[in-house]
Amino acid sequence: MLEIKNLHVQLEDEDKQILKGVDLTVEAGKVHAIMGPNGSGKSTLSYVLSGKDGYEVTDGEAALDGVDLLDLDAEERAAAGLFLAFQYPVEIPGVGNMTFLRTAVNAQRKARGEEEMSAGDFLKLVRAKAKSLKIDADMLKRPVNVGFSGGEKKRNEILQMAMLEPKMCILDETDSGLDVDAMKLVAEGVNALRSEGRSFLVITHYQRLLDHIKPDVVHIMANGRIIKTGGPELALEVENNGYADLLAEVA
Amino acid sequence: MGAAEKLTVAPRALPEGQGVWAQTAREDAAARLSAMGMPVRRDEYWKYTNPLSLTEEVAPAAEVFSSDEAPIFDDIDTLSIVFVDGVFDADASDDLVLEGLEISRLADAAQADIHWAKDLYGVLENNGQNPVHRPLAAANTAFATDGVLIRATAKVSKPVQVTYLHKSDTSDAILHHVVRVDDGAEMTLIENGPAAARFNQVLEVDVADRAAFHHVRAQGRDHARRAVTHIFTRLGTESTFKSFTLTANGVLTRNECIMELTGDDAIAHVAGAAVGDGDFHHDDTVFITHDAENCESRQVFKKVLRNGATGVFQGKILVKEGAQKTDGYQISQALLLDGDSQFLAKPELEIYADDVACSHGSTSGAIDEDALFYLRSRGVPEAQAQNLLVLAFLGEALEEIDNDDLAAELLGRLEAWFERRSS
Repeated sequence: MLEIKNLHVQLEDEDKQILKGVDLTVEAGKVHAIMGPNGSGKSTLSYVLSGKDGYEVTDGEAALDGVDLLDLDAEERAAAGLFLAFQYPVEIPGVGNMTFLRTAVNAQRKARGEEEMSAGDFLKLVRAKAKSLKIDADMLKRPVNVGFSGGEKKRNEILQMAMLEPKMCILDETDSGLDVDAMKLVAEGVNALRSEGRSFLVITHYQRLLDHIKPDVVHIMANGRIIKTGGPELALEVENNGYADLLAEVA
Repeated sequence: MGAAEKLTVAPRALPEGQGVWAQTAREDAAARLSAMGMPVRRDEYWKYTNPLSLTEEVAPAAEVFSSDEAPIFDDIDTLSIVFVDGVFDADASDDLVLEGLEISRLADAAQADIHWAKDLYGVLENNGQNPVHRPLAAANTAFATDGVLIRATAKVSKPVQVTYLHKSDTSDAILHHVVRVDDGAEMTLIENGPAAARFNQVLEVDVADRAAFHHVRAQGRDHARRAVTHIFTRLGTESTFKSFTLTANGVLTRNECIMELTGDDAIAHVAGAAVGDGDFHHDDTVFITHDAENCESRQVFKKVLRNGATGVFQGKILVKEGAQKTDGYQISQALLLDGDSQFLAKPELEIYADDVACSHGSTSGAIDEDALFYLRSRGVPEAQAQNLLVLAFLGEALEEIDNDDLAAELLGRLEAWFERRSS
């Protein structure tokens, strides 16, 4: 599904290397988690994959189902099936949440040569999906993320994911700023989307989220590289011992 | 500086065959104009907008812009009045009859011996000449060739719409309208169109106690047109005045709005959205005087500027002594789509009462890159994402319009304007 090879990335504005050779393969239908201390490059990886400006790939490659992602604009990556659930979802005053969702769904359909969804079909679908995420009609009407609580913003991310039905979902610290109940709700939303044809890359600081979204594979990232890969038990090890031991191991 | 030295353009001849009231008003205005002189660039009030092309003797030519779009507000049921290059077009206009309204043309009324507009024509303009001179408005009162005089005596069932067609590259039009909304009456005035190569317009509106006046204006898209417009309004007790202007294109537009709240509990809103690129220059100049208690005034202006366009905002709220409980709000914002465009803003508050709430803000900035990326990451192509954000920005100004049908018409025009530029 997602194949990253020897990815080197630096900031465009300054000569600072952030990713120093990331290798990562996520198979179809699998959930991979990336854990790591602050500044290890986790969020950078998610931004580079989704096409944010400001980063320069100096070496390596990243492909989604064999399609070179790094050559594509952000919107083309989305249409190809990549989705990033933002750590800090952006507020967009003046653009209604519903308008935003419908514009996105239809833009992707158009890019893939599919017919646009009618207003009626769209409404039915969004209402059903919103209900399971406990997103009320008011949240759909309000401007995108404006005045949303932390939990509402994250649930809104999952709603977008549910509507866009991507192949590859990257969740960037989706648990940050959530209380236990909100995290459960978000995790349920994610779990409902798990399927054979859909993969997840879950970026998190804490093992907590992984109690609810059970990963198949856990990677530890530090200093711009994946330094260790293992099963779910690796997350527990981090929870108990912190990153210091692991970092010492590879140093 | 002597006035004789400053008057840089020869006044025209006053219209002939005027009735006593009109003759008197015009002569008084001509005298005001002589004393003031025409505006020049070094005047503080014209610091950001060069008035030369508005004052020079011959109007600079402006090519007529043609479009296959249906005229704006075409689907809205109105009493329609049409001027072509400033000349009344009787064939294209409806009969000037509507229940609750008395309408006449200035050109006709000015020849009568007496008319109700006597108490207003040039009177509100004259009131608005202090503390800042507005010579182009005085010139308008003196030399206006025509206009519409409207008196609303009840709640009027449909809007009056004045359409200004532009068909001659060299037209130079001066129109002066007067509106009187009687106690408890309510009406809507719509204006649209480029009017002329050069257009000088004054609209005087007297809103009596408990009356309401709504105004929605779409200034035409002709690129090389020039316009200076003045709205002078006086608001009585518990009255409402709301004005919105959409401006697209135009090499020079100066829209002045001078409002005086003279009765308690009055509400005055003025708002605008302007979009332009290249040599577009758009100036909103507003002066609001609070002279009564518990009144609300609100100014909301948004501009989107591309390819080196210029936007200007000068907005002042003056709260006189005794105008307690005044609620004054002012916001002016520009979205600069490139580094060559500029927004020049001068917000001012002058307050002589001690129990008021006045706030103002002014911003100019580029498009929000984070929002743009967020939209693109959801699959929305860059150009479409940018248009969505730009329209969202302007939408906050459009929300000032009470009539949803009119707001939707304007939004549709804006969408088309940006779509044409992003394809």
